[in-house]
Amino acid sequence: MEDLLRDYLPIVVFIGIGAVIAIALMASSFLIAYRNPDPEKLSAYECGFNAFDDARMKFDVRFYLVAILFIIFDLEVAFLFPWAITFGDLGWYGFWSMMLFLGVLTVGFIYEWKKGALEWD
Amino acid sequence: MILHTLFFYLFSVVTIASALMVISSRNPVHSVLFLILAFFNAAGLFLLLGAEFLAMILVVVYVGAVAVLFLFVVMMLDVDFVELRQGFLQYLPVGGLIGVVLLAELLIVLGGWAFAPTVGSAPVAPIPAISEMTNTAAIGQLLYTRYIFFFQAAGFVLLVAMIGAIVLTLRHKPGVKRQNIAAQVARRATVEIRHVEPGQGL
Repeated sequence: MEDLLRDYLPIVVFIGIGAVIAIALMASSFLIAYRNPDPEKLSAYECGFNAFDDARMKFDVRFYLVAILFIIFDLEVAFLFPWAITFGDLGWYGFWSMMLFLGVLTVGFIYEWKKGALEWD
Repeated sequence: MILHTLFFYLFSVVTIASALMVISSRNPVHSVLFLILAFFNAAGLFLLLGAEFLAMILVVVYVGAVAVLFLFVVMMLDVDFVELRQGFLQYLPVGGLIGVVLLAELLIVLGGWAFAPTVGSAPVAPIPAISEMTNTAAIGQLLYTRYIFFFQAAGFVLLVAMIGAIVLTLRHKPGVKRQNIAAQVARRATVEIRHVEPGQGL
């Protein structure tokens, strides 16, 4: 258990250094930078015209479909990892169990390919 | 061991604090970002338990995919944030009811220990020691053979999700010309040269 957690020490060190650098950069610009605000400087545009409308616009629903399909195949791959590690011990039963699982998802894959869900237009 | 406890409290505190921020922050995009922070810290808690595989899956699937999906949904809805706040009291009874049901379930789970303290002492498939086998291998030993029906059910759930998403959201624009490679390759030469007399058409 302790050995397992010791393997993750470099990640903790990495996150620590990352946090220190990020905070140092933000804090130093906050403390050191010369500030002399003025309403014109703080306005959205120093020249040109004001914004016409909100920058927040509706996303196309097709992004959602792509994301859902990505999650499904992401999970399929996630199921493959423990199977691959224990492949030698599982025998034929475990092998065909995974093949059936992959087959079911392949049916879905063929469906989405034929439906044209992978094409953008 | 003291470091272990220290990290446990660090992860727990950040998880709970960011979970509170998820439901209380005014901007839904900030809510999703706090949700990602909560997922990361939950992954840290899994690691402290020795459940490496679950921790990594939490980061890959939840942070990498589910949170991105939530961001899409938040951006796609084009919500008016002020308007969103107004329904708060209206939905409070339903939300409160769900909260009470969840609390009751947690109390039953924890109360079960009080009634039968030995209930957790004889698991059907005990987790092997981490020195014998990694957590990922322990999952693999059970999931594909012993729990095959749950595994296949997971496959069918994924299939239903895939088909459902396609049926609900796929709309093809009419009149879009796509490349049909098979038709393109199967096409024979249709261009020919003809001799045309001057002043006459074909």
